[in-house]
Amino acid sequence: MGSLQLRHVDAGSCNGCEIEIASVFGPVYDAERFGTRLVASPRHADGVLVTGPVTRNMAVPLKKTVEATPQPRVVIAVGDCAHDCGVFRGGYGVVGSVNDVVPVDVSIPGCPPHPTAIIEALRGITRR
Amino acid sequence: MSTISHVIGTGISSAVQVAVVAVGGPVLVGVMRKVRCRLEGRVGPPVLQPLVDIRKLFRKQRFRPDQATWIFTLAPVMLVATVVVAAAITPLVTTHPALRASSDLFVLVYLLLVGSTLLALAGLDAGTAFGGMGSSRAVTIGALAEPALLVTILALSTTAHSSNLPAIVSAILAHPESVATPQRLFALGALLIVIVAESGRLPVDNPATHLELTMVHEAMILEYAGPDLALVTVGEAMRLTLLLGIFVNLVAPWGVATSTSVSGVVVGLASVVAKVAVVGVFLAVFEVFIAKVRLFRVPELLAGAFVLALLGVVSGLVAK
Amino acid sequence: MTAGVLVVAGALLGLGGAIAGALLPKGWRVRAATALIWAACGCEAAAAIHVLAIDRPIVLRSTELLPFTGVTLVLNSLGAFFVLLVVMVAVPATLYGIGYASHGLDTRTAACVFPLFVTTLLLVPTAGSVATFMALWELMALTSLLLVLVDHSASEASRSAGTWYAVLTHVGAATILVAFLILAAHSGGQTFAAIAVHARHLASGVRALVFMLALVGFGSKAGAVPFHVWLPKAHPEAPSPVSALMSGAMVALGVYGIVLVGDDLLGGGPVWWWLVVLVLGGASALFGSLHAASSTDLKRLLAYSTTDNIGLVLLAVGAAGLYDATRHPLLAALSLVSALVLLFNHAAFKGALFLSAGSVQVATGSRDLDRLGGLLRRMPQTGALFLVAAAAISALPPLNGFIGEWLLFQSLLHGAVIGSTAADIAIPLAVAALALTAGLTVVAFVKAVGIGFLGRPRSESADEATEVPRTMRLAVGLLVAVCVVLGVAPTLIFPAVERAVKTALPGLGTRILAHGVDLQVVGLRGMLAPAALAGSLAGAVVGIMVLRRALSRQPTPRVVEAWGCGRQLQTARMQYTATSFAEPVQRVFDDVLRPVQDLDVTHVAESRYVIESVTFANTVDDAIERSLYTPVIRAVRRWGQVARRLQPGSVHRYLAYGLGALVILLVAVAVMG
Repeated sequence: MGSLQLRHVDAGSCNGCEIEIASVFGPVYDAERFGTRLVASPRHADGVLVTGPVTRNMAVPLKKTVEATPQPRVVIAVGDCAHDCGVFRGGYGVVGSVNDVVPVDVSIPGCPPHPTAIIEALRGITRR
Repeated sequence: MSTISHVIGTGISSAVQVAVVAVGGPVLVGVMRKVRCRLEGRVGPPVLQPLVDIRKLFRKQRFRPDQATWIFTLAPVMLVATVVVAAAITPLVTTHPALRASSDLFVLVYLLLVGSTLLALAGLDAGTAFGGMGSSRAVTIGALAEPALLVTILALSTTAHSSNLPAIVSAILAHPESVATPQRLFALGALLIVIVAESGRLPVDNPATHLELTMVHEAMILEYAGPDLALVTVGEAMRLTLLLGIFVNLVAPWGVATSTSVSGVVVGLASVVAKVAVVGVFLAVFEVFIAKVRLFRVPELLAGAFVLALLGVVSGLVAK
Repeated sequence: MTAGVLVVAGALLGLGGAIAGALLPKGWRVRAATALIWAACGCEAAAAIHVLAIDRPIVLRSTELLPFTGVTLVLNSLGAFFVLLVVMVAVPATLYGIGYASHGLDTRTAACVFPLFVTTLLLVPTAGSVATFMALWELMALTSLLLVLVDHSASEASRSAGTWYAVLTHVGAATILVAFLILAAHSGGQTFAAIAVHARHLASGVRALVFMLALVGFGSKAGAVPFHVWLPKAHPEAPSPVSALMSGAMVALGVYGIVLVGDDLLGGGPVWWWLVVLVLGGASALFGSLHAASSTDLKRLLAYSTTDNIGLVLLAVGAAGLYDATRHPLLAALSLVSALVLLFNHAAFKGALFLSAGSVQVATGSRDLDRLGGLLRRMPQTGALFLVAAAAISALPPLNGFIGEWLLFQSLLHGAVIGSTAADIAIPLAVAALALTAGLTVVAFVKAVGIGFLGRPRSESADEATEVPRTMRLAVGLLVAVCVVLGVAPTLIFPAVERAVKTALPGLGTRILAHGVDLQVVGLRGMLAPAALAGSLAGAVVGIMVLRRALSRQPTPRVVEAWGCGRQLQTARMQYTATSFAEPVQRVFDDVLRPVQDLDVTHVAESRYVIESVTFANTVDDAIERSLYTPVIRAVRRWGQVARRLQPGSVHRYLAYGLGALVILLVAVAVMG
C-alpha cells in the first residue's frame, strides 16, 4: 500500500508498549518515513494498533473501533499481552487476548517489543 | 475570431490553475511536512506521501453515520467544488482567468465560506460530542477572522479602486513603485495571519493533533472515511495553496501572465509554483518554532490582525 | 386614472377581507379572508408595477374620508418598491396562515385583524400626507399589537411582549408625529408634496430636530439599537405568519420612513446626521448578530437577526446620506440601491425563516433549540428550505443575501477613497462592522440549522415530529424560490430598485447599474457575474460527485453507527447544545453580552464530598434593556407611587387642591395682567 494510517487503542496495557510506540514515531526510529502515521479517528485509519490484554471495560470499545475502521483494514496486536495476555493472564478484569475479541492480522511479540520489531512489522504491511 | 480564441485561452488558463492547485495542494502539504520533519531532526515521509494517501483513501469503504443526513455527504463535495471554482477565477497563473468579472476578493472570501460552513454543519450532523465542538470552534474563529479579512481587502483595494483581483494585480504590475507602500505591507501582514487562521495551521490549530479536546478542524471530520475523507483532505490542501497563491500574487505579482499565450502561462505557472513553495517553506519553518496558542488567545491574535489591517487603511489615507 | 382605481380597489378588498374574517363562520373565514387579501395584494402590486413602469406617481385625494384633513394617497416609485416588498411577503404568509389557522389565527378577532394588518402594510407606503400616514401607521401598530396578543393572550410572556411593543411603538409614533407636525407647521400644508417644497428652506436646527425625531420614531419600528428591545419579545410571541410579516415587511417600513423623511422630504442633510445613522446601523448590526449568535430560542434568534440585518440596511442608508452630503451622487445612489436590495432580500429570507420556525413549533411544540434536533430527517422539506434560507441570510453565494452584501461592500469600498475626513474614519469601521456581523450571522445560523435540524433529537416531541401540511411548505418554498432566483439573477429587481432610488435621490441622470445578466456598477470598477458563478459552482459540484462515484469502489456509503470515540452508549445528551455551541462567542464577547451563569451544586446530607445534583443555568438577557430601560421603568414606577399619594380619596383634600389651583391661577393672572 505504501500508506498506512493507524489508530492506537490501549486495551488495558501497562504503558510499556505505548512508550515503545512513541519512540517508533519519534526522531530516532521515525516510522513516518515509511508512510505510516498515527491518526485521531479509526475512520481515517487503515489499521488498529492494539496494546495490552483486553480488559472488560475496553472489550466493547475495541470492537467498535475496529468496526469503525473502513475496509480494507488490519488489526495489529503489539506486545505479548495483546498476543496472549502476558503476565495479566487469568486476571479478574481481563477478558482475553486481542484475538479473543477481534481477529488479529499481525502480531508483534515482545514485552515490550523493540521499536525496530514494530517498524519491521509495519514495513511488512506497507511493503516499503 | 479573437474573442473565441480569448474564451478558449481563458478556459485553458483556468483549467491549468485548477490542475496546479489540485495537484500542487497535496504536494505543498508534503513539502511543508518534510521541512518540519527535517528541522525536527527526522527524515519524514516522502514529499508525495499525501498524494499516495489520497489515492489509497479512494479505494476504501465509505461510511455514513446513522443519524447523518445528505449534508454529511454533500459537505466534502461542496468544500472541493468551492475551492475549484475559486481557483478557476483567481489570477494565479494569468490575469485573464475565466469568469474574470467575478474574480473579486469579496466573492472569493464568501465562496470559501460556503465550503467551511457546510463542513461545520457536517460536524454537527452525526450527533457526536466532538463534531459539535469542532464546528463551534471553527465558526467562532471564522467569525473573528472576518473583520481583519474584509478590512485587509479594503486596504488592498483602495489603490486599484476595485476589489477585483485581476485589477489589483494589474495595478501593481503597472505601478511597481506602489508595491511596498506601508498600506500594503500592513495589510499583507494581516492577510498572512488570517490565511494561517483560515487554513487551520499553527498557531491557531494543529493539524497533526491526536487529542480531541485540542482539535478545531480535525474534530469536525472525525466521522469521514475513505473517498469522503480524501475529498476533505484534498479540499483543505487546495484551500491552503489557493490562499497562499493569492497572497504571493498580491505581494509580488511579477511573473503572472497578462495574457493567455502559451509562453505566458508557462512562465506564470512556474513563477506561482516557485513563490508559493517559498512561502510554504517559510510557514513550515515558522511552525517548528511555535506552539498552538490556547483557543481563547486566538481572538487576540485575530484582533492583532484586524489592527494591522486598520493601520493599513489609515496609513493609506495619511499618505494621500 | 385606472391605476388609481387599482389602489382603491386593493384597499377595499383588504377591508372586505377583514369583514369576511369577522362575519363568516369558522370553517370559511380564514380561506375567504385569504382570498380577498390575495386579490388586494394583486391590485396593489399591479398599481405598483404600473407606477414603476411609467415612473410617474399616482395621486388620489378625498376630502370626505378623514374629517378636517382628508385622505391623500400618493404612490411614487419609492413607495411602489415597498408595496412590492410587502406583497412578496404577504402572499406566502397568508398562504401559510391557512395551514397554521388552527394555532390561533381562526378566531373571529384574528381573522378580522390579520387582513386589516396586511392592508395597512400595503397602504402605508402610499400615504401622501401627514394625517393619512399617521392614521395608517397607527392602524398598522394597533393591528400588529392585537396579533401579538392573539395567540396565547393568557401567557405572561406574550402579555409582557405586548406591553413592551405597545409602549415603544407609541413613543415612536409620538416622535414621528411631532416631527411631521413641525414640518407641516412650517410648510403651510400637510401633504408630503407641500412639505418637500418648504422643508429645504427651514433653519438647520429645525431640520436636524425633525430628522432626529423621525430617526428615533422610525428606528424604533425598524428595530434599531437601542429601540430594538420589543423585537425579541414580540416577534417570538406572535403567530408565525404575523412574525414573518412584522419582521420582513413592517420593519422595512421603518427604513422607508427614514428614507422618506431624510431624503424625500428634507432632501438630505449635513454629514453628521448620516454619521448618526451609520453609528446606529453599526451598533444594531453588531449587537443584533451577537445576540443572535448566543440565543437559544429559535424565534428570538430570528428577531435579533432582524435587528442585525436592519443595522446593515441603516449602514447603507447612512453611507448614502454621507455620500450625498459630500456630493458623490453616484456613490449615494449605489449605497441606497444596496440598502433597498438588502431590505428586499431580508424580507424574503426572514419571511421564510420565521415561517419555517413556525412549522417547527407546530411539529414539535417547542422553539427552544436545546430541545430540538434531528428535524431534517423527520421534516425533510421544511428542513431543506430552512437550510437554504439560512444560507441566504449568511450571505453565502449564489443566494440573494450575498448580492446585497456585495453591493454594500462595493459602495463602502469606493467610499473609502472619496477623501472626506468623516468618510475616511467611518467607512473602514463600517466595513469591520459588516464583516464581524457577517461572521456572527454564520455562527448564529450554523447553530440554528446544526442544533435544530441535525444530529439526534433532544426531546421526545422532536423525535416524534412529522412534516407540516403542504400549504405551509409551499408558502416557505415560494419565499425560498425568491432567495434563489434573486441570487442567480439579481438584475431582475434592479429596474424597480433604480427607479425607487432615483425618486429618493432626484437629479441623478445616469444609470446606477448596468442591467444585463452580469452586474456592473456604472462609472465605478465593480462587477459580478452571479449567474455564471452559480452555474460554475453547480457544474463543479456535479463534476466532483461524478468523480467521487467513479473513483471509489463503493458508490453509496454504508450506514453505520456514529463512531463517537468507541463509547458504548451514544445519547442525544452527549451532543453539543445551542448553549454550548455559542459558548466560545459568548466568552469572547463577555463584556458586551454579560451572561449570567448560575451553578448550583447540591450535596447529599451525609457528606459534602458526594454530590447529589448539579444544575447549571446560563442566561443572556439584553444588556441594553437591563441598563437603559430597567432604570427608567423603575423610576416611572417610583414616581407613580409618589403620585398615588395625591389621590388618598379624601374629599377635603380634593377641595383644597381646587382652592390651591384657583389661588395660583388668580395670582398668575394678576401678575401677568
